[in-house]
Amino acid sequence: MLLAAIDWGFIFDQTLTQMVGLNAAVYAIAAIGLNVHFGYAGLLNFGQVGFVAVGAYGMGLSVTLWDLHPVLAVLGGVVFAAIFALLLGIPTLRLRADYLAIVTIAAAEIIRLMARSTALRTVTRGAEGLNEFVGPFREYNPFDASQSYGIGPVGYRGTEFFAILIGWLVALLAVLLVWTLMRSPWGRVVKAIRENEDAALALGKNAYWYKLQALILGGIIGGFAGMVEAVGKATVQPDFYVAPLTFFFWLVLIIGGVGKVWAPIIGSMIYWALITFVQNLGRQLVDQGIVPTSVMDPSQVDQIRFWIVGIALALLMVYRPQGIFGSREEMALDAR
Amino acid sequence: MRQLATAVALVVMVALAVLLPGAAMAEGESVTSTIRYDDPASGEERPAVGVAVTVRDSAGAVIAETTTDDEGRFLVELPGAGQYTVELDPATLPEGVVLRNPDRNPATVNVQDAQAARTIFATSAGEGGGGGGVSGRQIAQLTWEGLKLGLFIAMMAIGLSLIFGTTGLVNFSHGEMIGWGMLIAYLFNFHGLAGFLGFMRDLPAPLGAGANLIVAAAIAIVFGAALGWGLDRFVFQPLRRRGISLIAQMVVTIGLSLVLRYLYLFAFGGSPRFFKDYTAQAAISLGIVEITPKDIVASLLAVAVLLGVGLFLIYTRMGKAMRAVADNRDLAESSGIDVQRVIRFVWTIGGGLAALGGVLLGLSEQVAWNIGFRTLLLVFAGVVLGGLGTAFGALVGSVLVGIGIQVSTVIIPPELKNVGALIVLILVLIARPQGILGRKERVG
Repeated sequence: MLLAAIDWGFIFDQTLTQMVGLNAAVYAIAAIGLNVHFGYAGLLNFGQVGFVAVGAYGMGLSVTLWDLHPVLAVLGGVVFAAIFALLLGIPTLRLRADYLAIVTIAAAEIIRLMARSTALRTVTRGAEGLNEFVGPFREYNPFDASQSYGIGPVGYRGTEFFAILIGWLVALLAVLLVWTLMRSPWGRVVKAIRENEDAALALGKNAYWYKLQALILGGIIGGFAGMVEAVGKATVQPDFYVAPLTFFFWLVLIIGGVGKVWAPIIGSMIYWALITFVQNLGRQLVDQGIVPTSVMDPSQVDQIRFWIVGIALALLMVYRPQGIFGSREEMALDAR
Repeated sequence: MRQLATAVALVVMVALAVLLPGAAMAEGESVTSTIRYDDPASGEERPAVGVAVTVRDSAGAVIAETTTDDEGRFLVELPGAGQYTVELDPATLPEGVVLRNPDRNPATVNVQDAQAARTIFATSAGEGGGGGGVSGRQIAQLTWEGLKLGLFIAMMAIGLSLIFGTTGLVNFSHGEMIGWGMLIAYLFNFHGLAGFLGFMRDLPAPLGAGANLIVAAAIAIVFGAALGWGLDRFVFQPLRRRGISLIAQMVVTIGLSLVLRYLYLFAFGGSPRFFKDYTAQAAISLGIVEITPKDIVASLLAVAVLLGVGLFLIYTRMGKAMRAVADNRDLAESSGIDVQRVIRFVWTIGGGLAALGGVLLGLSEQVAWNIGFRTLLLVFAGVVLGGLGTAFGALVGSVLVGIGIQVSTVIIPPELKNVGALIVLILVLIARPQGILGRKERVG
């Protein structure tokens, strides 16, 4: 009776739109990087959002500071992400897994604080972020910005549609790259190190070097997530790259199945469908007064997402660590 | 020195609109913005409340006049797509705060169909006196402030380090245990021992109206210890029994911290606040440093508590057992120590210490929902510097981190002082990963 007031059609449209939208692509790419780190190499990266930020800033600054061609700007993002990975990896990869976790979560926050600082305002534009880099990228957009593209209820404006296509293309390429690499001798060594580092060392493999390579590779993929996001939203804002974002990526990865090559893509779609559905439903329940504002006001609806992620992360980790499609054997949970 | 951060920033981020455009798009067109500023006194970012905003259409007709809410946010529904101007009345900004780009006010926004458009108004603190040389007096003052901060960090770090030592678990939800203490104290400080329940609201203090902060702090410690106890009893002991790996447990602590932190935001709101008692105090000059009475009391209390914990660890049976388990769990177990009981004790003590640390931090700075996470990173720096798993190392490392953070503001802008601490954390891992008091075999 009360639920009749809810516009289910709108909610389902939104859910579908978000499920294959820009955010889903960005999260999928970031989670592919995380999959290389945690799923294959067993590296406990709690700061993936740092790589995302560094990639976005690397690309954005390449345009705003040095006026580089978009292709070189993307390369700039890649270089920034690789350097960041080296900085994090060199001190920590010889240590136990939890040191990397502490350092990555701290380093991601360092990046955000530095980017928004007044001291670096001439470079990063402080908390306003970079807003004038997207022009050269938009020149390649074959779609009409004023028109809507899509099928049925799912539609995006031209600029967004372009970014979404690029995003899923990057995600697809990243999946293919990871798939190929993990079947190669390199991938087998990385997985061997995850399973038993001492055994890999005994076979003469330089575990430290392989782990560093995996950290760089996953970091660069994370950087691409940042670049796609930046081009799609036409802005790089430091306060987007907050610590909880990393754990959204973690949930995406765990939903799909850690160590499964398609997991990030499937996980991201499921994640965005779930979150969009719940948030829109919550918003309407509040707007219609079915949930009184004394319990929850409209701005608080957005906080539901963090509760869902926190609870889902904890429960999945305990009861179904392999996610929906993963197998327990592929779990790197004993990387100590 | 503090004004050295002459400016400072801030912005608008309807972060949620960025994160979830689908949700923000709901039906009609609107324009929204969040205006924030950095408080020059504390360096904290605050929402600018009650700023007058006027929205006009392209013909110059006024669509709406509004003011920003408690979170510095305004939202104006628009009649349709098109070009609009948003004008902010600079006179209504908080004192000492100006628009960084006055020429961008009024701001022009192009609103597309079904779009929730964002505008950006960056603010900066008015010109404060910067520069000047560094005097010995400043160094002394900063060292004292650093020592105070270090003592608070140490209080929280001992729990984190002991939990790691006895269980091997890095507790990423330790920051929320800090926030818990702070917010519980705030709750009792403002609403009294039972006032928040509603039916006792009209009773006199300490039952109805707010309780004195000292009473509230004592209650917060009990609640903090209870949280620590409960987390071990209902979450982590069952996980250990199930044989869940430490990495999975670490992810569980992350999930826990997200849920708790955003429950705090839900219950407490986004704006930082202050305790009711002892907030504004005149500093007393003690020779070369100026100290407020509350800071003296808080620091002495911290020293007393840390001494007490130290003596407890050295001389009592339980303290010895805790160190034994941290040293070598199997050996401790085989010599008859009830390891599970020790771990439960460590969680309880850690929770109580974190809560007290949170109260002291809230007293010396401010009370905010997300202070736990920010502090956690400093606690990590202290613990790693001192040696993960050692109680006394955590103490030494934390004090060094606290002093380092404050004294570093002589050279670097205060807004980046925490960054310095985190960079030190990374450098320590390169040079001496076991920390000052740690032993080598712990880390490998």
